[in-house]
Amino acid sequence: MPKRTDIQSVLVIGSGPIVIGQAAEFDYSGTQACRVLRAEGLRVILVNSNPATIMTDPEIADATYVEPITPEFVEKIIAKERPDALLPTLGGQTALNTAISLHENGVLEKYGVELIGAKPEAIHKGEDRDLFKGVVEEVRRKTGHGESARSVICHSMDDVLKGVETLGGYPVVVRPSFTMGGAGSGFAHDEDELRRIAGQGLTLSPTTEVLLEESILGWKEYELELMRDKHDNVVVVCSIENFDPMGVHTGDSITVAPSMTLTDREYQILRDIGIAVIREVGVDTGGCNIQFAVNPVDGRVIVIEMNPRVSRSSALASKATGFPIAKIAAKLAVGYTLDEIPNDITQETPASFEPTLDYVVVKAPRFAFEKFPSADSTLTTTMKSVGEAMAIGRNFPEAFQKALRSLEKKGSQFTFVGDPGDKDALLREAVRPTDGRINTVMQAIRAGATPEEVFEYTKIDPWFVDQLFLIKEIADELAGAPELTGELLAEAKRHGFSDQQVAEIRGLREDVVREVRHALGIRPVYKTVDTCAAEFAAKTPYFYSSYDEETEVARREKPAVIILGSGPNRIGQGIEFDYSCVHASFALSDAGYETVMVNCNPETVSTDYDTSDRLYFEPLTLEDVLEIVHAEQQAGPVAGVIVQLGGQTPLGLSQALKDNGVPIVGTSPEAIHAAEDRGAFGQVLAEAGLPAPKHGTATTFAGAKAIADEIGYPVLVRPSYVLGGRGMEIVYDETRLAAYIAESTEISPSRPVLVDRFLDDAIEIDVDALYDGEELYLGGVMEHIEEAGIHSGDSACALPPITLGGFDIKRLRASTEAIAKGVGVRGLINIQFAMAGDILYVLEANPRASRTVPFTSKATAVPLAKAAARISLGATVAELRAEGLLPANGDGGELPLDAPISVKEAVMPWSRFRDIHGRGVDTVLGPEMRSTGEVMGIDSVFGTAYAKSQAGAYGPLPTKGRAFISVANRDKRSMIFPARELVAHGFELLATSGTAEVLKRNGIHATVVRKQSEGTGPNGERTIVQLIHDGEVDLIVNTPYGTGGRLDGYDIRTAAVARSVPCLTTVQALAAAVQGIDALNHGDVGVRSLQEHAEHLTAARD
Amino acid sequence: MTTSTKGAARVPAVLVLEDGRIFRGRAYGAVGETFGEAVFSTGMTGYQETLTDPSYDRQIVVATAPQIGNTGWNDEDDESSRIWVSGYVVRDPARVPSNWRAKRSLDDELERQGVVGISGVDTRALTRHLRERGSMRAGVFSGEAIAPDAELLERVQAQPHMKGASLYEEVATKEAYVVPAVGEKKFTVAAVDLGIKGMTPHRMAERGIEVHVLPATATADEIYAVDPDGVFFSNGPGDPATADGPVALMTAVLERRTPLFGICFGNQILGRALGFGTYKLKYGHRGINQPVQDRTTGKVEVTAHNHGFAVDAPLDKVSETKFGRAEVSHVCLNDDVVEGLQLLDQPAFSVQYHPEAAAGPHDAAYLFDRFVSLMEGQRA
Repeated sequence: MPKRTDIQSVLVIGSGPIVIGQAAEFDYSGTQACRVLRAEGLRVILVNSNPATIMTDPEIADATYVEPITPEFVEKIIAKERPDALLPTLGGQTALNTAISLHENGVLEKYGVELIGAKPEAIHKGEDRDLFKGVVEEVRRKTGHGESARSVICHSMDDVLKGVETLGGYPVVVRPSFTMGGAGSGFAHDEDELRRIAGQGLTLSPTTEVLLEESILGWKEYELELMRDKHDNVVVVCSIENFDPMGVHTGDSITVAPSMTLTDREYQILRDIGIAVIREVGVDTGGCNIQFAVNPVDGRVIVIEMNPRVSRSSALASKATGFPIAKIAAKLAVGYTLDEIPNDITQETPASFEPTLDYVVVKAPRFAFEKFPSADSTLTTTMKSVGEAMAIGRNFPEAFQKALRSLEKKGSQFTFVGDPGDKDALLREAVRPTDGRINTVMQAIRAGATPEEVFEYTKIDPWFVDQLFLIKEIADELAGAPELTGELLAEAKRHGFSDQQVAEIRGLREDVVREVRHALGIRPVYKTVDTCAAEFAAKTPYFYSSYDEETEVARREKPAVIILGSGPNRIGQGIEFDYSCVHASFALSDAGYETVMVNCNPETVSTDYDTSDRLYFEPLTLEDVLEIVHAEQQAGPVAGVIVQLGGQTPLGLSQALKDNGVPIVGTSPEAIHAAEDRGAFGQVLAEAGLPAPKHGTATTFAGAKAIADEIGYPVLVRPSYVLGGRGMEIVYDETRLAAYIAESTEISPSRPVLVDRFLDDAIEIDVDALYDGEELYLGGVMEHIEEAGIHSGDSACALPPITLGGFDIKRLRASTEAIAKGVGVRGLINIQFAMAGDILYVLEANPRASRTVPFTSKATAVPLAKAAARISLGATVAELRAEGLLPANGDGGELPLDAPISVKEAVMPWSRFRDIHGRGVDTVLGPEMRSTGEVMGIDSVFGTAYAKSQAGAYGPLPTKGRAFISVANRDKRSMIFPARELVAHGFELLATSGTAEVLKRNGIHATVVRKQSEGTGPNGERTIVQLIHDGEVDLIVNTPYGTGGRLDGYDIRTAAVARSVPCLTTVQALAAAVQGIDALNHGDVGVRSLQEHAEHLTAARD
Repeated sequence: MTTSTKGAARVPAVLVLEDGRIFRGRAYGAVGETFGEAVFSTGMTGYQETLTDPSYDRQIVVATAPQIGNTGWNDEDDESSRIWVSGYVVRDPARVPSNWRAKRSLDDELERQGVVGISGVDTRALTRHLRERGSMRAGVFSGEAIAPDAELLERVQAQPHMKGASLYEEVATKEAYVVPAVGEKKFTVAAVDLGIKGMTPHRMAERGIEVHVLPATATADEIYAVDPDGVFFSNGPGDPATADGPVALMTAVLERRTPLFGICFGNQILGRALGFGTYKLKYGHRGINQPVQDRTTGKVEVTAHNHGFAVDAPLDKVSETKFGRAEVSHVCLNDDVVEGLQLLDQPAFSVQYHPEAAAGPHDAAYLFDRFVSLMEGQRA
């Protein structure tokens, strides 16, 4: 049965900005799907507001709309493009929700668009808890297995006490009905707790109702990934077992594939239930995942939930098995059946089978709690991790230790030296799941905990616990051996120990261990991920390392370029870097090289085995990279290693790689040092005659104080060599400076703290440029909306710059060229400038692909990362212009006057985090980057582009209603004009007394509302926070008051997050928003594809 | 424990293939020596069922899944009364079992039953070797059984080949026994044991069938003495070309037009009874993820396989046989190997794979219902 002939065009919805719980995996899925659909000859229309994605590259779809993913905008696209079908299952919850809205508001019917992949009824059955309960009951009737967690509804304390008996005793979960965000729910372990929690719950619930549910905390947790075609063929692609038992969100758990602790009978029960669920829910074509809890005592199975779409887990499962779920889902959606689709990897067998693994896969989450110090770090059923690393090994310890070192975080690897601490204290600490609990468990084992104790405290399955003991015993053997023998070293490597761990245990240097290891001939081999445990020959070189006997790396003729990826996503190093790596791979493949990708992030496009000629799914540590380089050098010529596209991770390896004789192409490690080292960089600036803010470096408080005293407060302080503004702070006085130095763990004599003069009120400018040693290509100039002092990653920006003139651009170009030349760049450079008064200061330069490369590339329709990769390997700007990779003339600095305006807006993860009291965390922007993702708004004028960026990031700007304004004194002047504009647009203004007074004196009426600190008024007048919570405020403007006052607005801003009310925290953002509101209120906002924009731009350039 | 990390307990072991390739590792299970045909099995779950499957008689099984023994050994999942594999090759054995049904460790059970194994082997390299060169004779030697390589190789090469081996009698029951129907008894089936797995009569019993399991040497008279509604021929080890006795027996059943169902070896017997040839596959099908298409419905089922031989029948046409028209009903989508036969003019069919699925997915359980329908049809 071939594909459907009645569908000629498909609209694919992406997942929008990267947020916690919805990340790069949807770029991977969506890119696969778009490519497949195009290959099938369909016209693919794509909407995704996230510019940092590969899927929004103009060559992936026929019409690419970088527009907000809201029902309003998607309707405009449908009206314009008139697709035959809409595929909503590849863009996460965002796409699914948008599709359902369009179904419910009749748009799909109106335009005759068929929903393919999953029908609305199926989506509802899968997502609605009550309906799903019915599904599970039906499945139990048919298969005899599976149930939902038992629960009882209670309306009084008597009901509650009886309910506990019905459920079979403590602990129980109490969930009050109809409270916001699960307020008042909790675990009760005994009657006292139950009375307290349920009592409060009954009071909180507007219907005096609580749901009492049996606790499945500590049960084993599993997940199955399934696919079904229109002939009802179903396959289970992968089973995943959570190392962390029930109670931790699967996205925050360490997970293992395949499942490790189920017998076949138990596994087949899960499989039977899974298949029955997908049928009962009615997912016609495509994938879904189903989560189970299994009681370790008797095997009772509870079906927790299912997602009728591809998910983070399906991306993981695809990478773990080599079975590309999204790609196949797209084919199934247009009518193919599983047996008609070939298995890519074997090319000879069909996709209608179940992958079998001859290796173990471990995924470990990466967190960013250091960015949110006030957030509660306990892991719960709400996902909090920002990224993940996956590792493959031939046994669990190997995969597990590789995964931990892939996290690239201080302390993520097990350590076996030093005093582990007190066993009982460690065990008690291990009860609470946190980032790094696993290390606590290992220390408890070192301190003498028994396997039984570890299980008792953590409920981690005894098999996994034993594997931890195995690792620890090998560490003991290493430590105790009189001599580091080949046998012992091989045994350690076979269990995933890094050279660095061995070195630490033996008191040696890492490079000494490596030398010894190489002398003993102990090197990893590379095995293939082939879906079939070697039953059939694999055609796809998708490798992982293992200390085993036989390697599968084949000889090759063409010179290879090894591209180092960026590792797990984290705040400050996300999908943008993957984008650049993928582009490099494409460009170099086109240029005749064999491309070799190294990365350990399962969410990404770079780790799709289709992206590069060879893929090594490996940690990005010096040891792992050196071994890959060695293996590839054995296989054929290696032209070089690219380190400048994957962010700080590969950049940090460049010098050591070079020292080990690895050819680094592009900007040299010495040049990288020249840009990153303050002294060397100062020299570069001095020689070019460029000013930088006054600054100095110090390693002690006294040193820092002396500098600050000289240049004057406020100062910007930060550790050297960091990405994403980690640890960066604006310090207003000496007391805080002392505290900062005391708190900072990153400062040491070799890693000094940088103290800069903080430029208040400066305009910050970002420049991306290419340099080949002779010629500069200015990629783009971005003007930040927020003032300097807010991390560039968190700041909105506009390209082309909206207030800079030709003279400014000229100065920027000259400065950029001087720096690129002075540093010695061959490829990309990103420079941050600050314009204060009339002086252009250089803040910093990064001789690598920046976070803004994808945005700049899309805004100017020029593939900068591709060009950078080519320049790294010797091409010149002139050659690339001649080839057509770069425009024949002009560059990103001199865009035509009618070029579209692109606005980038950052997306913040505030709503994910709560402090230990359950309150939201503050939302004020600062010099430390905390955004997880970004959106792009593109239109012909700034106001509309800005409005689109807001709609894409946070939801549409209000066009009328009530605006609350409360600003710091220094902002009061700049607030007047925008406030007047708001009134002109019909907004009613609310303000606190101080702001209202200023407005009044300027002839603008504002209603005074009570501050939170004033409490409810004598006649029940509500405070501003109450008004926000009651949904009576449509727009909030709240700028923080300098240093100490930051907390004043805290309640307002957290309330805004809780109620999803747009909240502007700078006056610059207010001014931009007013322009946006103005655009929205004047006439129709249209949609235009990137291809149309590019055509327009190209025409204008010629 | 042989798998302990304590240096003293690491007993060396060596796996020698008939073509001279040698893998070194550590003893696992019993220490000593063993011979058999080296085959790989790709199931990620179900080692207990695999090891106790009589079809693995005289074979050294290589587990491609690297972590083996995690769920220990329980008292419920055996497919027969003992472990039949002659040797077991694994990479990383579990040190402690973890499962609420586990009674002991796999290691202990192997040792208790005297099964010689080897761990720490690059099982993927071994599997690739067997895939490229085909299944072959092998030996595992550990502890004092280790001798110079050439000597061990010579002993391996002196072993009999699987091709031409008649093994079903050695694994089949010597005495007839009855597996009672679960609930109301609806049918009686005579099941000829050529190496039957425990789950097979169980699947029939679940459908109201009283199963009389008969020895491989049973005669037609013995079959009809139980007054069967249907006759079943089981799976089993060895080369079907040597199974003249069962072929003759099946021919007698076909002549009486009794509803007939065969699994695995039973499928090969049906093939031979119909006049088709059988042949040895290069490295066989052993796993629980094999895509088989039911050509009568077009549906694909994920199935459990364990066969080193296959039936040579035309895929693209209906064949004329002495029992009327026959066709290939099921085919493996990986390599187009015949996976099922059916007669069009009388009630008989068979499959090469394992619908009883222990271990493995339950997708093909409908075949037992098909057998029931045949018996119902015959009665009507």
